Amino acid sequence: MRHSTRRLLTVASVVAISSLALSACSAPAEDTGSASGDFEPITDISLQLQWLPQAQFAGYYVALDKGYFEDEGFDNVDIIPSGGDIVPQDALVAGDVDFAVAWVPKVLGTLEATGAELTDIAQVFQKSGTLQVSFKGDGVADVADFEGKRIGSWGFGNEWEIFAAMAADGLDASSVSITTQDFSMNALLDGDVDAAQAMTYNEWAQILEVVNPATGKLYQPGDFDVVSYEDTEGAMLQDAIWADTARLDDPAYADAAVRFLKAVTKGWIFARDNPEEAASITYDAAVNAEAAFPVGPVHQTWQMNEVNKLIWAGGDFGLVDQAAWDKTVAGALAAVNQDGINLISGEPADSAYSNEYIKKALEELAAEGMTVGGEYTPIDVVLTEGGQ
Amino acid sequence: MTRQRAGIAWGALGVLAVMALWELYKALGPAEGFVVGAIAGKTGSGVMLLPRTNDRAMPHIWDMVARLFQSTSGGDTPPLIVPVVTACLTTLGIVAVGWLIGVTVGLLLGLVMQRWRLAEWGLLPWIVVSQTVPLIAFAPILASIGSQVDRAGSIPWPQWLSVAIIASYLAFFPVAVGVLRGLEAPDRIHLDLMRTYAAGYWQTLLSLRLPAAVPHLLPALRLAAASAVVGAVVAEVSIGMRGGIGRMLIQLAGQGSSDPAAPWGPTFGSIALGLVAAGTVALIGFGLRNYRRGEATS
Repeated sequence: MRHSTRRLLTVASVVAISSLALSACSAPAEDTGSASGDFEPITDISLQLQWLPQAQFAGYYVALDKGYFEDEGFDNVDIIPSGGDIVPQDALVAGDVDFAVAWVPKVLGTLEATGAELTDIAQVFQKSGTLQVSFKGDGVADVADFEGKRIGSWGFGNEWEIFAAMAADGLDASSVSITTQDFSMNALLDGDVDAAQAMTYNEWAQILEVVNPATGKLYQPGDFDVVSYEDTEGAMLQDAIWADTARLDDPAYADAAVRFLKAVTKGWIFARDNPEEAASITYDAAVNAEAAFPVGPVHQTWQMNEVNKLIWAGGDFGLVDQAAWDKTVAGALAAVNQDGINLISGEPADSAYSNEYIKKALEELAAEGMTVGGEYTPIDVVLTEGGQ
Repeated sequence: MTRQRAGIAWGALGVLAVMALWELYKALGPAEGFVVGAIAGKTGSGVMLLPRTNDRAMPHIWDMVARLFQSTSGGDTPPLIVPVVTACLTTLGIVAVGWLIGVTVGLLLGLVMQRWRLAEWGLLPWIVVSQTVPLIAFAPILASIGSQVDRAGSIPWPQWLSVAIIASYLAFFPVAVGVLRGLEAPDRIHLDLMRTYAAGYWQTLLSLRLPAAVPHLLPALRLAAASAVVGAVVAEVSIGMRGGIGRMLIQLAGQGSSDPAAPWGPTFGSIALGLVAAGTVALIGFGLRNYRRGEATS
């Protein structure tokens, strides 16, 4: 009740302010570009996430909580989580949502397979957060060690970095036994795989939240060998914000994209500067609004910390780095899975990414005095059993 | 009365036996399972004959129960049992809608197939084939159609409706087949008697066929309730509907390494859900008890 009252008030105030602004100048508020001008600004949008609400998506939930979307003229922003059931790029192609968060290689695969056109309008994660984790002493310290081993992966397009890294190492996909693992880390802990796939910000923490039966204390990072794909040729760009390419010709949608990116960038900037609060906002949103069951608060703080490291790599927020993009495409072209299938067979269309919208958003934010780039100063997060 | 009490006692004994078996196997079974044909140095080779008994694979029953009363996701979140019950009620509501749709469709199909032999020849094979379509393939398609209809604006199609329709997709089958068999159940001699009375189709239906169908209908309704629960849980998982027990189960299972007792909360919840659904249908049977003469009393 309190929540809806507050939302109502915010909406009312936004409406009031924007109508004031509109009546003040005869032309529509002309700060978001779009020379053609004549369009009804979009006020309702939806964003499809690629996973459940968790600190991986803190920027969006912070923007919602702090009213950044309202500041940019959106009355209604619907953030839709997925439990692996909704494929974000498919939802976007189908027109179910206006924007989607998805990994670049997965979308490239979809674009080639379906002929649909989507555009990466902001590269949120600049680095890959994928790891391959094995127990120390099992001899899987490097991609070259994968040969003859049983390597766990989630599948659903999460496996391409593994194949790209192996291809770069001259390893044939058939020389490695790739096994589908579920989203818990039991496969590694029970010894069903030699090395399990893990994200720095999620499953890696989940392992470190388990009690080591040998010591009676939590597992320590030193108990494991970790291959970080970011350090391999297989590294691919991950969380990016995608827009419908054809719709970007519509000035209203292009304008909404820029405003949306502004709000999102502000959300992520807040998460960079206040990781603990951002994690707690996301955790609250997940628990209350989304009826989701996130891993506990400590886990979310860890996740926020790790996600910030992937986002704030020194450059400006969300810009697609040409070199990283080319590396992703090269990896996607080189990767061959265990069935002998390539992820993509040709270069993606030029429209597959564009820095136009994020640049415009960043310029406007910089003009408002925000620091839109730089490095993140990590905080110390001490994990607890079960992450609670 | 004593029979009822004996029934309850046997039921409780069954639950206790399952619990005892679980703990017994956990105490005696191999912690890392029993694998035959494993090749040394080759992870994952061989076939596991006996499952693992470690605390991740098989938490103690008291841990699972205790987990129900601990905070769901840490912080200030309520004890796990609260969201489990809420999620079960949500799913139960959807199951009820799905069951009603399924029973209605099943009844109509059964009636049509009984009325016209041609319809039976034409429909029955399709009805059987319909049950071989894998739900996980069919659910996302329906959900996508639903969201497109909903977006078009004129007809609201919330996500739960897709789940209910998928539940009804499983539920209609036993009803359609059961009703068909039930309506054909009256003896020739009774039908002939109706004919000598010059009773029309509707009269025969109301006073002979439908009452005779009840003993076939009741087990079909119970099967439909169980199928509707399965359908709803699977559909929730595969189309990602929030708020129900299926989604909760899958989400907590993903955290099973560091919190192995948690996924058992919604597991118990869905068992309870199935029992409640089947039990509710048993009440219908109680209301129709006058027509159950031919049926073995159970």
